[in-house]
Amino acid sequence: MAVELKMPALSPTMEEGTLAKWLKQEGDLVQPGDIIAEIETDKATMEFEAIDEGTLGKILVEEGTENVAVGTVIAMLVGEGEEADDVPTPAAAAQANSTSDPAPGEGKDVGRDEPGGISAPEKPQSQPKSDPTIPEGTSFTSTSVREALRDGMAEEMRRDDRVFVMGEEVAEYQGAYKVTQGLLDEFGPKRVIDTPITEYGFAGIGTGAAMGGLRPIVEFMTFNFAMQAIDHIINSAAKTNYMSGGQMRCPVVFRGPNGAASRVGAQHSQNYGPWYASVPGLVVIAPYDAADAKGLMKAAIRSEDPVVFLENELVYGRSFDVPDLDDHVLPIGKARIMREGSDVTIVSYSIGVGLSLEAADELAGQGIDAEVIDLRTLRPLDTQTILDSLAKTNRLVIAEEGWPVCSIASEVIAVCMEQGFDHLDAPVLRVCNEDVPLPYAANLEKLALIDTPRIVEAVKKVCYKD
Amino acid sequence: MAQSPKKPAKSKKASSAKSAQSDAEFVLHSLQDAHEKSPRYDASEEEMMQFYEQMLLIRRFEEKAGQLYGLGLIGGFCHLYIGQEAVAIGLQSALDNDRDSVITGYRDHGHMLAYGIDPNVIMAELTGRQAGISKGKGGSMHMFSTEHKFYGGHGIVGAQVSLGGGLALAHKYKDDGGLCLAYFGDGAANQGQVYETFNMASLWQLPIVFVIENNGYAMGTAVKRSSAETEFHRRGTAFRIPGMDVNGMDVLEVRNAAEIAFKHVRENGGPVLIECNTYRYRGHSMSDPAKYRSREEVQEKRDHHDPIEGLKKTLIDGGKSEADLKAIDKAIRARVAEAADFSESSPEPEPQELYTDVLVENY
Ligand SMILES: Cc1ncc(C[n+]2csc(CCOP(=O)(O)OP(=O)(O)O)c2C)c(N)n1
Ligand SMILES: [Mg+2]
Repeated sequence: MAVELKMPALSPTMEEGTLAKWLKQEGDLVQPGDIIAEIETDKATMEFEAIDEGTLGKILVEEGTENVAVGTVIAMLVGEGEEADDVPTPAAAAQANSTSDPAPGEGKDVGRDEPGGISAPEKPQSQPKSDPTIPEGTSFTSTSVREALRDGMAEEMRRDDRVFVMGEEVAEYQGAYKVTQGLLDEFGPKRVIDTPITEYGFAGIGTGAAMGGLRPIVEFMTFNFAMQAIDHIINSAAKTNYMSGGQMRCPVVFRGPNGAASRVGAQHSQNYGPWYASVPGLVVIAPYDAADAKGLMKAAIRSEDPVVFLENELVYGRSFDVPDLDDHVLPIGKARIMREGSDVTIVSYSIGVGLSLEAADELAGQGIDAEVIDLRTLRPLDTQTILDSLAKTNRLVIAEEGWPVCSIASEVIAVCMEQGFDHLDAPVLRVCNEDVPLPYAANLEKLALIDTPRIVEAVKKVCYKD
Repeated sequence: MAQSPKKPAKSKKASSAKSAQSDAEFVLHSLQDAHEKSPRYDASEEEMMQFYEQMLLIRRFEEKAGQLYGLGLIGGFCHLYIGQEAVAIGLQSALDNDRDSVITGYRDHGHMLAYGIDPNVIMAELTGRQAGISKGKGGSMHMFSTEHKFYGGHGIVGAQVSLGGGLALAHKYKDDGGLCLAYFGDGAANQGQVYETFNMASLWQLPIVFVIENNGYAMGTAVKRSSAETEFHRRGTAFRIPGMDVNGMDVLEVRNAAEIAFKHVRENGGPVLIECNTYRYRGHSMSDPAKYRSREEVQEKRDHHDPIEGLKKTLIDGGKSEADLKAIDKAIRARVAEAADFSESSPEPEPQELYTDVLVENY
């Protein structure tokens, strides 16, 4: 069996090169690994090694020939019992110097160069589900966000023994912010695991455990420390299902407090919502009140996808009514209208929702009826709820406790421009933190963070009432 | 996973420092001692023939992949396993495939083939086709077979080590009797997360075998230019992980080490670190001009340490004929040629595949 020796590529982008030198001549015996020729491009020289054993038959491209297209047959390798002259010369070889278009699979990367440019097919739209209706007569219990999160985890741990919690101080210390209080007592050290201070490592172990069939909840003491682990969150957890063609799931929840706390300085005060929300393959949840915290925590744990669950330390202690239901699970990807209104829409999430509701109250006193939307899930973003509200009010402000640049606010503005332009009666404004690392000094910190007056002011501006 | 650690508690250590230390010495050296006592696995002829075929399949497959890359049919990064075949075959032949899991980096074709996974779907993944094992969406570096408990195929140097720790945690948690085999390179061995994982794996006594495939280079960096301790098998010592120093160019020695290490892990002895000393003949990836080493160095390895030639010699000494072995080679070449044809003729993924598998669920 004669083997065609073809002009090799030195890199994914190489299209042609110079056949600098033949190191074997016609009739020479060739062993696998022998260097047969030297190939040159403007960037590098490569030794062309034989893969197969045989005798070098016809040399079809003379040494010194320039612009030899990748895939051109440059010589024939003749197997045992064959004569060099018996081997038919391929037609393509005669045209080493021509710019003929090689047949598909013959040196042409059929995967890449589609003529005329290609356009992606239509992207399937997500259809978020509505919240389940709470049966009439359901009682409510005032619960702190901290307890609601814990209750959500505990209920899921009772329901599914693959669920476990790991992180720094989650077990014996009962959680740095006491969110895992009582879990060790109920579930024991196998399922409530104290880790060393080793975020990159335990984020990887949590992710690997999810790949191996468990349902880990990985607590970061705060999300600031998850920067050491972001590689696993993004490269390992978010991409694996896609890269494996849907074979390998990664149902892990990364959770912990996010955003500014109080007077803890720049390294401990940052909102990572926009970071994670920009990554396909992740679900990103950032609830505000206790009922949502519980219902979405349960949904996050049950999800087959990796979830980043962003809590807020300043909200942990606030209490809200939580329905007394056996199984309060909320849909991921659905925003919630916290307050209906007709004049203007305020979009927010996490701690910003509380400020927005305060602002709406204040605005009501000034004759402006504001609708407040809590996004709850940052990815996938419920754009429909935003656009529906915009169509009703024609004015929109986004309030976000985080930096303004490349933020959730920027994203919402883009959505309004692209899909809601005809409904806009005023430019969409964003109210975000100042674009600085968070300062420690009490007065400067206050200046840097969003607050109710700034939201009120922006709303009046889009209502042309200032 | 707070359970009683195998090591003496601190207070005890202080009171009987000597015995604690000799305990440590024993645990950390006993595996290597056992290996050195009789370093070659006593394989049956049938087993040896199987190793030979498997290694040769990897070799020929990778050579073909190199050719297809040269023709532009395979794109991007493509890291060949040529020269290192004995490592994957020696270790994976000792696994209990019903229970054990494997994870590695981007140099993963050989580990897939070691499972007997159809070369067609591996090659079709390399050419980015719908029939590829990841539907063409992973490529050379990202192949998985959860059916075989093979968890990839990871492109971030060192990431597979902590992910492997997680797989081992899952084995322990589920109490399924399995262990995880986590491969990484000499370059990866300098990543911080490796040591984070060593610590937790030893602290929690996870069933994991860490395998450093020391092929002498991380891209263009020779081991001695990057590593303060080049005896990688010693690097678990600080975490009380016993190390083994193994000739990775001899499949029977690798298999022997695997037997000893797996037994230790299965008897709840905790993690083991195996350094397999091996060599990669080709460039780091296909676009590596390999200016950092001499041709003579590569030739010396090929001529005197080749794992396939080495086993061939053992087989011929044992009475196999050249002709028998040549027939195997011929069959494998034909098998690989078929895989190449398949991978060239299979269609590319449907455009709609762009949007599938981003998330599992619809929200
Ligand atoms: C975190 C990270 N840094 C750098 C790279 C680029 N890179 C890919 S492979 C490699 C060398 C790794 O060498 P080694 O661990 O010895 O494995 P080998 O390639 O020899 O099998 C580098 C630097 C990467 N993929 N990931
Ligand atoms: Mg290496």
